[in-house]
Amino acid sequence: MACQLASYFMTSTNQEYTTIIKPVSGWFDFHLAELWRYRDLILLFVRRDFVAVYKQTILGPVWFFIQPIFTTIIFTIIFGRVAKIPTDQLPGPLFYLSGIVAWNYFAACLNKTSDTFVGNAGIFGKVYFPRLVVPIAVVINALIAFGIQLLLLVSLMFYYSFQGMGFTPSRMVLLLPLLILQMAVLGLGCGIVVSSLTTKYRDLIQLVGFGVQLWMYATPIFYPISILSPRWQRLLSLNPMAPIIETFRNALLGAGMIHSTTILVSIAVTLVVFFIGLLLFSRIEKSFMDTV
Amino acid sequence: MLPIISVEHLYKQYRLGTINHGMLRKDLQSWWARARGKEDPNVRIAGSMADKTRRPAASNDRFWALDDVSFDVEQGEVLGIIGQNGAGKSTLLKILSKVTTPTRGEIRLKGRVASLLEVGTGFHPELTGRENVFLNGAILGMTKTEVRRKFDEIVSFAELERFIDTPVKRYSSGMYVRLAFAVAAHLEPEILLVDEVLAVGDSQFQRKCLGKMGEIGKEGRTVLLVSHNMAAIRRLSAKTLLLENGKLAGFGDAQSIVAAYLDKTTEDPTSQDGLPPGFIYRMDRVKPETDYAITAIQLLDRQGRPLTDLGTWDYVCFRIFYSAAKVLKRGSVVLQIQTQEAVPLILASTEPDSMVPLPIGIGDSYADCIFPRFPISEGQYLVGAGLAIPLVEHVIWNNSLCQLSVSQRDVFKTGLPPSSKRYLVATDLEWRLPPK
Repeated sequence: MACQLASYFMTSTNQEYTTIIKPVSGWFDFHLAELWRYRDLILLFVRRDFVAVYKQTILGPVWFFIQPIFTTIIFTIIFGRVAKIPTDQLPGPLFYLSGIVAWNYFAACLNKTSDTFVGNAGIFGKVYFPRLVVPIAVVINALIAFGIQLLLLVSLMFYYSFQGMGFTPSRMVLLLPLLILQMAVLGLGCGIVVSSLTTKYRDLIQLVGFGVQLWMYATPIFYPISILSPRWQRLLSLNPMAPIIETFRNALLGAGMIHSTTILVSIAVTLVVFFIGLLLFSRIEKSFMDTV
Repeated sequence: MLPIISVEHLYKQYRLGTINHGMLRKDLQSWWARARGKEDPNVRIAGSMADKTRRPAASNDRFWALDDVSFDVEQGEVLGIIGQNGAGKSTLLKILSKVTTPTRGEIRLKGRVASLLEVGTGFHPELTGRENVFLNGAILGMTKTEVRRKFDEIVSFAELERFIDTPVKRYSSGMYVRLAFAVAAHLEPEILLVDEVLAVGDSQFQRKCLGKMGEIGKEGRTVLLVSHNMAAIRRLSAKTLLLENGKLAGFGDAQSIVAAYLDKTTEDPTSQDGLPPGFIYRMDRVKPETDYAITAIQLLDRQGRPLTDLGTWDYVCFRIFYSAAKVLKRGSVVLQIQTQEAVPLILASTEPDSMVPLPIGIGDSYADCIFPRFPISEGQYLVGAGLAIPLVEHVIWNNSLCQLSVSQRDVFKTGLPPSSKRYLVATDLEWRLPPK
């Protein structure tokens, strides 16, 4: 018995070292496998953020509706009635709301992940877990709001089809999940680039809010791509969000231009941004506790 | 047999002051200037006199928080880590827990590391106790299944069965800490890092924590314990590591290392750690981080002058300074004196012990606790102090705030002064014999 015990301890202590802590080295150390081990934490963070935000508000999830409804009303008045910008033969509110809902998701991903390091310095300073857990949880959490707003859009679609307004979702609707994934990856990519840079350059955070605002104007939210001249259309195709919005509209409402080249460019840009984000993020996560 | 933790030539360098321009504009400016082969405008500024004060030269604004530290820890060992503030204890734990990386050197370890650098990390006030247990467990590296398996044990250890579905914002600070410690204590990591958690919670719960940590050690798990509580270090750890300015100043048997450390720190009893006369404790920080804080303790004599040498049966007034950021309608100040082994000798409070009602207002104030004849034998003791809501809970409590040394006085005029080597309490008493 004693002998058995002794041999048990021998084997258990003679194992190889499982962890080696060394100075920072290498750029390509993403340890994504570790991220998978922490998947429970991702889900718990999603839950925490959801519960925490809506437990104390009176209107609760109603907030999810208020913002897109009011923005749609204002867009309808300003861009539809006053500026008379065409909306690809779609009813104005439907056109605007579809753009707003998709854009909101992307903007939420970007905005909320951009302060990952600075906003979580307290917890990051005490416990180790893969830092990427936090922005990933944020992106998933934003999906909840997006889902609810999508329901709003679908109910508006039903309303208009009962009114006899003609629009037909295209087969692209099957690609919707991929489209959402691309928005999430792009938003996450931009967000972690910004969050990595803000650990060094605090003034960058000022840029995010209004940068996102400007980016929105460069995206066909309240105007269709079809009204632009070919030259401007080419320029706009550099914006990875432009084909996403157009495809999103095409999928649900059957209006909007789809070019396979612009879509491919958009996917390529998304992947590049995301990769740069990963690169910076994994580099910064090891050293930022000493710089914050 | 390989040690479970092997630390080899560990260095950690920190830079003081500003690390870079912190402004994208300036970095781009520097980069653009270099790209054109011109002189970097920001370097030139740094060289001028005006800027020198703001940003010292690169060579002297670095310091080594850890300087060539090497040691091994065997499996199942409880290793105490002691040293003055700023000696590098926390840096060492931070590197071990992967919160930060070393500058040079290497640590190799076997198994999972869990850290208790500060309890309740990631607790969210809006979530219930139950939700926070799962969240905190996951943050510390447990899977959902593991937490579920341990859940009942955690809750009963924290003694919070009735409140587990209440949001933790309604918890008292004691309940909060109990729950947090309970989660961490049930992690089952191979290596547990603990930093100063023993200073929280009431004394009963502290004893429970100490017991749990001893248990963890017996289970074959390894514990690294950073503490200023020498009694706890002595009792729990067999081996102790002493850090001094980032260097390893001692490593070995806990009793001798602690004794050497105490000798070193109490060499000059009149000016402990550079405190003003009479003070036995003063908070490091100017502004406390918590709502309530004990900011200082000063000893005064009968005339109200600072008392630098307290002896058995001397008149002494413990002036306990505190600060409050919130009003406490019915509060109390608590003073405790205990032995190095954490045996309480004196526990005095304005209320309930002395029935002195004390409303605590916002700002700084103090309370005097007067002993006309201080009844303790010569020796070294620990002073604890805190603020409380009488009979409810401590709002701030530290049972080992500072050391107190009591000098020899031959109060019975026998040539045999009361000494802690023989007994601890020196009372005025009388013997009577039966009439002949």
